[in-house]
Amino acid sequence: MFWTVTRTLLEGFGTSAEIFALTLVFALPLGLLVALGSMSKWAPLRGLARGDSPAWLRALAGLRPISAVVEVVVWVIRGTPLMLQLAVIFYVPGMVLGTNPWGSGTQGRITATVAAFVINYACYFSVIYRGGIQGVPQGQREAGQVLGMTRAQIFFRVTLLQMVKRVVPPMSNEIITLVKDTSLANTIGVVELIRAGSTFRTNGGLVWPFFYTAVFYLVFVGVLTILFNWLEKKLDYFKV
Amino acid sequence: MAILQVEGIQKQFGKTPVLRDISFELEQGQALAIIGSSGSGKTTLLRCLNFLERPDQGRITVGGQVLFDAGDPATQREGEVRKKRLHFGLVFQSFNLFPQYTALENVMLAGQLLAREREDFKQNKKRIYADIEARGLALLERMGLADRAGHYPHQLSGGQQQRVAIARALALQPDILCFDEPTSALDPELTGEVLKVIRALAEQKTTMIIVTHEMAFARDVADQVIFMDGGVIVEQGEARQVIEHPQEERTRQFLSRYSEN
Ligand SMILES: Nc1ncnc2c1ncn2[C@@H]1O[C@H](COP(=O)(O)OP(=O)(O)OP(=O)(O)O)[C@@H](O)[C@H]1O
Ligand SMILES: [Mg+2]
Repeated sequence: MFWTVTRTLLEGFGTSAEIFALTLVFALPLGLLVALGSMSKWAPLRGLARGDSPAWLRALAGLRPISAVVEVVVWVIRGTPLMLQLAVIFYVPGMVLGTNPWGSGTQGRITATVAAFVINYACYFSVIYRGGIQGVPQGQREAGQVLGMTRAQIFFRVTLLQMVKRVVPPMSNEIITLVKDTSLANTIGVVELIRAGSTFRTNGGLVWPFFYTAVFYLVFVGVLTILFNWLEKKLDYFKV
Repeated sequence: MAILQVEGIQKQFGKTPVLRDISFELEQGQALAIIGSSGSGKTTLLRCLNFLERPDQGRITVGGQVLFDAGDPATQREGEVRKKRLHFGLVFQSFNLFPQYTALENVMLAGQLLAREREDFKQNKKRIYADIEARGLALLERMGLADRAGHYPHQLSGGQQQRVAIARALALQPDILCFDEPTSALDPELTGEVLKVIRALAEQKTTMIIVTHEMAFARDVADQVIFMDGGVIVEQGEARQVIEHPQEERTRQFLSRYSEN
């Protein structure tokens, strides 16, 4: 029995790990793009107003469309449950188009899950990135400028590592949450770790597979924690 | 001829004029102290000289070369600003050392990056880097920090950090070294060690502009003093003269606040 359970749980774990890994691969870079978008200073109507223009015209001139749109998206995504986003992404296209764009079968459900997770996590990551970027004091950039460094040199040699150091602790929290969030995939019928463990309750009435399932999560999170602690230690040689 | 000529600099932030028609000259090897109350525009002036702010009006000339002329777009090309900055060095009130680098690395970094632009960099890389390191160590030694070369900024006291920052600015051999209240962020017992190295620089005829609230220091170390108020130069002249015998009422009022204690 133990081996049957182990094999089933390992399969579920494989699916969970796949969702986890794919989400990170896409959401980490996408989050940076979203962060840069939310900080975009592009204001195409800037020229409209002068100092003596009426208030509404000055407001229009100050409008930064990219930043505004990105911030609304981030607000919506962070303000609604991931479970709802998952349902919307998986079901709504099919209901509107009449055919399910995700394809039938397990792989389609996993793809939809990854899509929803990537969008959701990119938004969360973007806020962390943004904090990291804005957390580096302006004086650091100015010190680089005054020393004749180029913008690229200032980014890669001065600010990047300081951002990484600021971002690692909140990022590790978020990534550990992602491990557990993969279980949400079971709401659209993906057989991930939790669903795999539950099968032994419905046919067999077994209690212990629940705890065995927990062990999988604990080991996974434990390994990640060790990894992040190591990284934080690595960056401990300086203070920001 | 003066090494630095500043003519008619004006700068507004929004609708607030912060610098109104600032003009002065500085001779090679001289130290100029700028004094004035909070908000009078001293920092903004230094930032204009270092191209961290762009003046709305005026002209900046170093060694006969016009570095900036508000009326001549050719002097404002983005790409050339970086090289022009190297005529000036700036020591910040808050040090702004790079925390992830040791004292020596802080001093060497910009020099190493600039060296890459040299044509002979590839062939002579080893020798160039060795030179930069030797110069960096010598500078730290001059700052009394020979034994702190391998320390990170957070392992140094404020006074030591500021001396590393001075070494970092000196490493690029600027024509004019600017200080923005170099001791204002320091505990009183640490200001002395920083003022001492600036004094030594003055004795070695380093051309300097020092914004400071240390009146005795300005009087004893600077050759010239400028008193600013409300974005204009109210009074300028020989240091001892301005601080001990100010001619203008506003200067007298400002200085009286320092002599009381
Ligand atoms: N980036 C900015 N945007 C808007 N206003 C600014 C900016 N920088 C400075 N100011 C304003 O310009 C004025 C002069 O500031 P500045 O920092 O040059 O004064 P300061 O003489 O250096 O004062 P302190 O002795 O306090 O350092 C102040 O009123 C300040 O609020
Ligand atoms: Mg100031």
